[in-house]
Amino acid sequence: MQPERGFETAYGLICSFCAACWYNNIYMRCQICQQNEATVHLTDISEKHRTEMHVCELCAQQQGLTVKSHISLNELLSGLLAAQPADDDVLGELKEEAACPRCGFTLEDFRRTGLLGCPADYRAFEKALMPLVEKAHDGGTSHCGKVPSRLRTGARKENRLWNLRRLLDEAVRGEDYEKAAVLRDEIQKLRSG
Amino acid sequence: MRVWCVKYRVSLCNASKSAAARWRLNHMKLTEISGNLNEWLSDSGPMSDVVLSSRIRLARNLAGYNFLGGCTDGERSEILKRLKDVLLGLDLGDRMFYISVHRAPKLDRNFLVERHLISRHHAFGKGPRGAVVAQREFFTGMINEEDHLRMQVIRSGCQLRRCAEQIDRIDDMVESKVDYAFDARLGYLTACPTNLGTAIRVSVMLHMPALKMAGQIERFFNACRDMNLAVRGLFGEGSEAAGDFYQISNQVSLGVAEADIVSRFEDQVIPEIVEYETAARHFLLADRVNVLDDKISRALALLKNAQLISSHEALFLLSHLRLGVNMLRHMGAESPAIRRLSSLRGAGGDSEGLSISMINKLFLLTLPAHLQINRGEQLDSAHRDALRAEIIRSTLSS
Repeated sequence: MQPERGFETAYGLICSFCAACWYNNIYMRCQICQQNEATVHLTDISEKHRTEMHVCELCAQQQGLTVKSHISLNELLSGLLAAQPADDDVLGELKEEAACPRCGFTLEDFRRTGLLGCPADYRAFEKALMPLVEKAHDGGTSHCGKVPSRLRTGARKENRLWNLRRLLDEAVRGEDYEKAAVLRDEIQKLRSG
Repeated sequence: MRVWCVKYRVSLCNASKSAAARWRLNHMKLTEISGNLNEWLSDSGPMSDVVLSSRIRLARNLAGYNFLGGCTDGERSEILKRLKDVLLGLDLGDRMFYISVHRAPKLDRNFLVERHLISRHHAFGKGPRGAVVAQREFFTGMINEEDHLRMQVIRSGCQLRRCAEQIDRIDDMVESKVDYAFDARLGYLTACPTNLGTAIRVSVMLHMPALKMAGQIERFFNACRDMNLAVRGLFGEGSEAAGDFYQISNQVSLGVAEADIVSRFEDQVIPEIVEYETAARHFLLADRVNVLDDKISRALALLKNAQLISSHEALFLLSHLRLGVNMLRHMGAESPAIRRLSSLRGAGGDSEGLSISMINKLFLLTLPAHLQINRGEQLDSAHRDALRAEIIRSTLSS
């Protein structure tokens, strides 16, 4: 799992470079002891100046920095998930589907690791996951692109329908009714075909 | 002799000759590649003065299995065996090797990370896992990394479209043998929702020392932020001072087709960023030639004389030499320091002075695990620093 961008911690902003460097860092030494591998990376951004500090966990502890050194995007995601509004529907759904029927994973497991247990989790936790997916993919909610050729024609058709519906939504929102009409006809044709 | 898999070696004693031959065919000693530059660092691709390499990575999971977090070790081994056989059977026009990552010593795993053959996560993860690597190192299939399969294709310079074509073909070949976990709405299903959809990660490694020297590196950061790109260090350096190498990659993989992601990178992102760096190089030459000369001269003096040098410092200094040589080659730059660089003769008797591939080779071969593998023994930090300085001195003074 690789961290993708900067994020806030209680001790300041961890920039994307630093967040990434614990991951990619092969041998970066602690700025304090100059011996151990630096695994804690802090970036402090004041009004104009930006200072960075790269220290090992031992020195970080001695300096009173208890920030977690290996914050991954998974954890960031988990944080986002935890920070979602306590919508009654979502909570109801979560109670109902506390564990995935296939792998037994719970949302708590996902919060902890940032990873899902099996493909069926996407359906089991759909209500909780989709806002997160949308956020991570800049508003993207349905796949467009490669479809495995071995996949049954039905699934390919279903994917095509998803995308056409998405384009139809966009066209309607953009008040492009001519395009919407074409897309609607295409959807009907595909459904009946 | 460094042997990857002890279990296999033992079983070889009783194995038939053909099995032994097959084993040798599919297993590699690290020393076979440790002394060479990998193909994607050879400085042969387009725009290679700024774009070191292009990489595309696809994440795939097998249908019918849980994601790795929900798998037992037995299931992980089953997935490993299945995918290993499929990948070793691919016809990519090159010898394919299998590396048993979970059995390899720590040093070897670090070596593979340094060569960008496997990720750090893969090297130091848990459970049965392995990698299938093409001998020329343009392709790696990581098995049981975060997803069941992560395939990557790397090429020198800006060659994302070629990478995309190649990885697509490879993906088709693998897909003809196994069923992927795929959902009509969400696309390729991945253990982490951030990779969902096309499950593609397009990235380029960039060398941008002039922007830093000209005090304009913020332009690059801002451009990346505006284009919603992730920025990372290259050989692990967290700060911008560490060699001025950056890796940028897409963050969105759902709702955009692979071809659109790739063409956006090739037609919009890369030209824009290369333009920034090129403009900064022209600016340095026209207005800050003393800054440029100072950096190059200091780098050369230190590299030619240092008795101890850390990999971090070596990367930082070699980066300045790389800038000088590229400015000479691509812009015909003339300054006292750059002239001194052109008068250096490479270790290989290169009549055109210090070459980029030679500098790239120094970058790679002086990394800690490379030093130790090539030396054939474990070395502590002080010995590594001495050996590194010696290699650089002898290369630059010959």
